[in-house]
Amino acid sequence: MTTAPAAAPTDPMIRLERLTKTFPGQARPAVEALDMDIAAGEIVVLVGPSGCGKTTTMRLINRLIEPTSGRIFLEGDEVTKVNPDQLRRRIGYVIQQVGLFPHQTIADNIATVPRMLGWDEQRIRARVDELLALVGLEPATYRGRYPKHLSGGQRQRAGVARALSADPPVMLMDEPFGAIDPITRDRLQNEFLRLQETIRKTIIFVTHDIDEAIKMGDRLAILREGSKIAQYDTPERILSAPADDFVADFIGAGASLKRLNLSRVRDVELSDWPVASVDSSRAEVLAALRASDKGAVLLLDAERRPARWVSGRELQREDGPLSEMGLPPEALVQPNATLSDALNEMLKSRYGCATVIDGAGVYQGNLDFATVSAAIQEMRRDARDRSRAEADEVHAAGEAGA
Amino acid sequence: MVLAGPPEDQGGVDALSLVAGGTDIFRRSRGVLGLVGLPIALAAAVAVLFLWVGNKQLDSIEQRRVNPEFITNALAEHMALAFTSTILVILIAVPLGIILTRPGARAVMPPVITLANMGQAVPSIGVLVLLALVWDIGFWPAIVALVAYAILPVLRNTMVGLQQVDASVIEAGRGMGMTKGAVLREIELPLAVPVILAGVRTALVINVGTATLATFVNAGGLGDIINGGLVANKQTVIVVGSVLTAAVAMFIDHLGGIAESRLSPKGL
Ligand SMILES: Nc1ncnc2c1ncn2[C@@H]1O[C@H](COP(=O)(O)OP(=O)(O)O)[C@@H](O)[C@H]1O
Ligand SMILES: [Mg+2]
Repeated sequence: MTTAPAAAPTDPMIRLERLTKTFPGQARPAVEALDMDIAAGEIVVLVGPSGCGKTTTMRLINRLIEPTSGRIFLEGDEVTKVNPDQLRRRIGYVIQQVGLFPHQTIADNIATVPRMLGWDEQRIRARVDELLALVGLEPATYRGRYPKHLSGGQRQRAGVARALSADPPVMLMDEPFGAIDPITRDRLQNEFLRLQETIRKTIIFVTHDIDEAIKMGDRLAILREGSKIAQYDTPERILSAPADDFVADFIGAGASLKRLNLSRVRDVELSDWPVASVDSSRAEVLAALRASDKGAVLLLDAERRPARWVSGRELQREDGPLSEMGLPPEALVQPNATLSDALNEMLKSRYGCATVIDGAGVYQGNLDFATVSAAIQEMRRDARDRSRAEADEVHAAGEAGA
Repeated sequence: MVLAGPPEDQGGVDALSLVAGGTDIFRRSRGVLGLVGLPIALAAAVAVLFLWVGNKQLDSIEQRRVNPEFITNALAEHMALAFTSTILVILIAVPLGIILTRPGARAVMPPVITLANMGQAVPSIGVLVLLALVWDIGFWPAIVALVAYAILPVLRNTMVGLQQVDASVIEAGRGMGMTKGAVLREIELPLAVPVILAGVRTALVINVGTATLATFVNAGGLGDIINGGLVANKQTVIVVGSVLTAAVAMFIDHLGGIAESRLSPKGL
């Protein structure tokens, strides 16, 4: 079978074909027959234990080291044999140690690739300022500084600006936030995700931290020794349906909790809690409560906004108007909240129940443990079904092609 | 000879830079005084020397060596020896140091270092006499001996200077598409400059000192004055020659120190 890669618009931005690297004097390859397609505009995270070959894979892609065998395609063109220096100017590269040139100002550091590409100085200056602003470094303050005068987080921002300087379509980021304190790391991750919404680069992002991977990745490749793909899929599906024990172990015990970060309240079916109007009679409210298996009723005002929580006991023992009975509404969440946030609210609430309201405060439904649990089961089943369906498709396509 | 370097030195920098760093005390005391303090002190010492000599009755043997013409000439010869040999040392040792630090040169590194060590271990007077026996006397044999003696500090500092450049800085440069040559020129060498310059300064000071031996192969220099005084047993002549040599060595080292801080890249 000799299918030349057709230059169709659906071509992946990066394609690796049986990419292999064996270092001299080593018995086992550091990267073994790696096949991978990376779609344009996605952040693909390579995640795996230390020493599994992530850095080697990155250095193979930008040809800092030459593969023992296999092929690399960039935007449909094979680049396994092109001039590596030219190739690297089309690929942004960010490493953990940043590697800013200590004897050059931040501006000169960022200008490295544009200078090599022969831009005129005016265009370079404008680009440097634009990039500094983009990564959150005030241009007037920072362009003339030397790297040693920057904090770790600022250096990493400058490193990202430098990698973006010539607007490369592809960025390789090797544990870019690995050496940064947790609080700054979280901020840099969020900023970078926001930045990516505007720049829409194709990014290969390496980390050994599964939580960072889940947060950053549109798609994760869980790698084992020899850069072999254990599973390559969206974070949701990897969390819901780990392909094997290695993946399950790597995700760790908190997989279900992690997945709650990926699902939103609007995606799940809300549960049936008894509701009544604050203007109803006590008997009507009691009837509503008895008709359900729950211990409390949510009273809504005239605009259907949550007004009070009242329990059966309170209804029977206390006097006074309904609008002053029981508790004020609590654990209010909006449909775009993550299930993790909702669960957090739920745990703090008296009835183990979060109340979903829309932007105007109008009651949408309730969310309780049973709902969340059911949602998790549902997601898991879905993911399995989809994986199976895809496997069948591939199988069918293989048979049709044979 | 392996001594521990002063603490502010880069690891492995030749111990002789300890000698070269001697006058830094003057330069480091900030401002104009730091820059001109040592030259003024040296000028004062030389002025005192000449006042002392001027007030003495010199006999004809003394006059032959202690006169403006002879001294100027000896000084010029001395400078020619010291600077020519140092320039040759730079031209040989820096490229050699670059080559030896490239990947693939690991095999040839030990023998070359051994050779450079030998050049410094063998007493320079021995090399001079040997060269006179097998080759010639005069300026060039003296230069060869000086180069052999002073090559080690520059070679070693070039290698140390290049090896201490952070690997991640080189990785980033290569990763952005800089060629190997561009990385060497624009990153590795500039970052190694302070260490290389320290070696050059050491070599220069060694050469200023060792050039006093050139007189034994008829290559002139301030050694002519000292040796003439020794041979004729004339105290005054010996003092004039020695003080001048010391003053020149310290002044050159001072200039070297200034060059070092001026030529080192900013931001380090
Ligand atoms: N330049 C090299 N020479 C020899 N072996 C190497 C080299 N670089 C990496 N390796 C080996 O390849 C394996 C994968 O390393 P690496 O890609 O750095 O792992 P990771 O980035 O996933 O931690 C390791 O066993 C490492 O020792
Ligand atoms: Mg790594």
